[in-house]
Parts: sequence; structure tokens; C-alpha cells
Amino acid sequence: MFKGSREVEARMYDKIKIIAGIIIFLIIMLTPFWYNSLTGKAAYIPQLKIGTDARQCVENTLYMKSNHANLLNKWKESVVREGMRVHKAGDGKLYIISLTGTCLNCHSSKAQFCDRCHDYAGAKPQCWDCHVVPNNAVGRWE
Amino acid sequence: MDRRQFLKIAGFSIAGFILDPSLDIRPKGLFANTAKQKITSYIRKWGMAINLDACAKKPGCRACIDACNIVHNVPGLGSPKEEVKWIWKSPYPTVFPEHIHIINREEIKNLPVMVLCNHCDNPPCVKVCPTKATWKREDGIVMMDYHRCIGCRYCMAACPYGARSFNWFDPRLFLKTVYQDFPTRTKGVVEKCNFCEERLIRGLLPACVEVCKENALIFGDLAAIDSDVRKILKQRHSIVRKPHLGTEPKVFYIL
Ligand code: SF4
Ligand code: SF4
Repeated sequence: MFKGSREVEARMYDKIKIIAGIIIFLIIMLTPFWYNSLTGKAAYIPQLKIGTDARQCVENTLYMKSNHANLLNKWKESVVREGMRVHKAGDGKLYIISLTGTCLNCHSSKAQFCDRCHDYAGAKPQCWDCHVVPNNAVGRWE
Repeated sequence: MDRRQFLKIAGFSIAGFILDPSLDIRPKGLFANTAKQKITSYIRKWGMAINLDACAKKPGCRACIDACNIVHNVPGLGSPKEEVKWIWKSPYPTVFPEHIHIINREEIKNLPVMVLCNHCDNPPCVKVCPTKATWKREDGIVMMDYHRCIGCRYCMAACPYGARSFNWFDPRLFLKTVYQDFPTRTKGVVEKCNFCEERLIRGLLPACVEVCKENALIFGDLAAIDSDVRKILKQRHSIVRKPHLGTEPKVFYIL
């Protein structure tokens, strides 16, 4: 079918607008990534202060890194619902199940251990709404 | 295979899954096994006796209330409507409306009586809880799982003793000191006396019992013949609150 030259021209004009639009969209979308890589912020990982000289947590470090939330959930069920307050670790050692006793006894600074990573990951655990951070004054909870 | 035939076969296979326990396809781990609660191999039945005479010796004493409030981070709101109460005083006629006629002793009639959760053997609060946030352990303690409470307050409506309180506010804002060994609660959950189960497991008596100098509160194992609580219940006449309701309270009042 025959098309008039004016129509082809108009279509080409649209093409330019669309491509320009896509480029502008991509620039805006990707700015945060470029910004972070140029300023070196992308390479930032939170530095945790472990707070203890112990070689191992109640389970090995790798397991704790990826599974501590699951473990704490299990602990919660175990104490509250089954009245079972002892954790038998993979290596056979026994621990008293207690977030504020056992966990925070070693990891004495919640702010420098728990919070740094949770803030970085944008994870907001509700544990501290009820569980008491030792040696903390009333009103300091967020 | 036509549609009718297909539906028949599908129906039978699903029925098979449901009937055969080895092929249990129901989701696991969503709800904890709330029926089992083995603390020790020997099952205790915790109970309490409250000696009204001993209590009467010290009018105005609130040692048990204060001790309980401290070790459980019970907030002091001050307003009776929104108050959080674990153990508190209530006038005799309110506590024992059905026992007024049998008491001739005026001094007891006008006495404020200590009341707390009765840890009923047949607890209506447990029956109505839709999430199993409250349940009865094998040792008789009616427990609360604050993690699971959705604040619907059915249990408050069901409890005939008003033993449960709702947190209308963040309790931490109303605590002068925070006791480090026990969690606080959050806004929107129900709470009540837990018979100090966190102390019993460490071999300690409930805080209110331990602190009472008059020995007005006697705690122990109702299943053991030689326990203090069984001994006093054998020697003295006792009543429970609202017996006609059939909740079978495990807090007894010695007259
Ligand atoms: S006194 Fe109330 S809260 Fe306590 S077990 Fe009985 S019904 Fe439940
Ligand atoms: S038994 Fe424990 S929780 Fe219950 S009223 Fe006494 S001190 Fe409070």
C-alpha cells in the first residue's frame, strides 16, 4: 500500500521521541546505581562488633549468619509453648535458651551487632518490642 | 474420561489423602503442638491457697502486688479502666457474691480479697482463643503466648473473673524501672498472671508467695499429698470463686 512521504516523516518523528523517552527513563532509573558505584557506597558492608572472644556461637558461624532468625523462632516456640529451655547444639553442648541471657551475654552491644546489619538490610525484627536489652534505660527503645 | 467420571476419581483420591494418616498433606509447623506440655515426667498440678485471716492481719499491705508488678514489668497506668492487673485486691462481696450469706464474720466480709488468674482446670478463656495464644499446660498453668496474641479480647470476655488485661498503650512508657529478666509486652496484647512459670522452672516460688511475710499465700503441687497447699486445704475450710460456673479454679480461699 502506498504511504505518503508526510506520514513516514511523522512516524520517524515519533520514533525519535520514543527513544529519547526510553533513554531519559533509563538515566533516571539507573542514577542510584551509578551514584553508589561512583561514590563507592555500593561496596559498603556493615562492620559488626561481635563483642566476644568465643570461637563459636551456639551453632557455627555460617549457620548462624543465614539461620539465626529461624533458630530464634524455634527457641521461642520451644520455651513458650513446650517449656523446654535448653538448646542442644550440633556439637552436643547445652545452652540455656534465652535471647537476652544467652545471646546478649556474648553480643553485648545490640547497637553494634544486631542493629548494624538489620539497618543495612532494612530488616526490622520485632523482638525488642518486648524483650529487654540489658542495661538499657527506659525510654531509649525506638 | 468424561467430566462426571473425572470428578468421581478426583474426589476419591482427595478423600484417600485425608483418611490415610501416613499421607498427611495438611500443612505442618503452622501451629505448635499445644496439647503436649511435658515439663517433667511426673506431672504436677500447680495451685494456690489464700488465707484470708493471715491477709487481714496487715490491712493495706500490697507486698505481693508490688513484687509481681516488678518481676513481670506490669505497667502502672493508674486509671482503673485501662489498668493492667496480674494480682489485685477486690472487695469480698464482689469476689464471693454467692458466699455472702454463709459468712458471719464481719471482719472478713468487709475485707479486700487478693484475686488473680485462677488457672482454671476448665478454662473458658482457652476455649475461645482463635489463635491458641492461650492454652493450658499439663501442669495446669494457663499460659499466654504474647507472640501469638492478636488482641481480639475474646478471652477477656470469656473469663468470668476479669483476670485478663489488655494493653491499650505501649507498657514501656508506664514502667518506672524495667526488670531485665522478663520481657515487657506490646500495645495490643492481652496479659495475666502466669503462676510465675519462669520462676517455677528455676525451683523458685512465685514472687507474690515468696514476698508475703504473713504466709497468706500458699503455693504448691495439688497432685502431691504432702505439699503445703494440700495440707492446708485438708485442715481448713476453703471456697473457690463462682463454683457454679464449672471452671474449677485452682486458687482456693481459706476461711
Ligand atoms: S481465671 Fe480467667 S483467665 Fe484465668 S484461667 Fe480462668 S478463665 Fe482463664
Ligand atoms: S503467681 Fe506470679 S504472676 Fe501470678 S500473681 Fe503471683 S507473682 Fe504474679
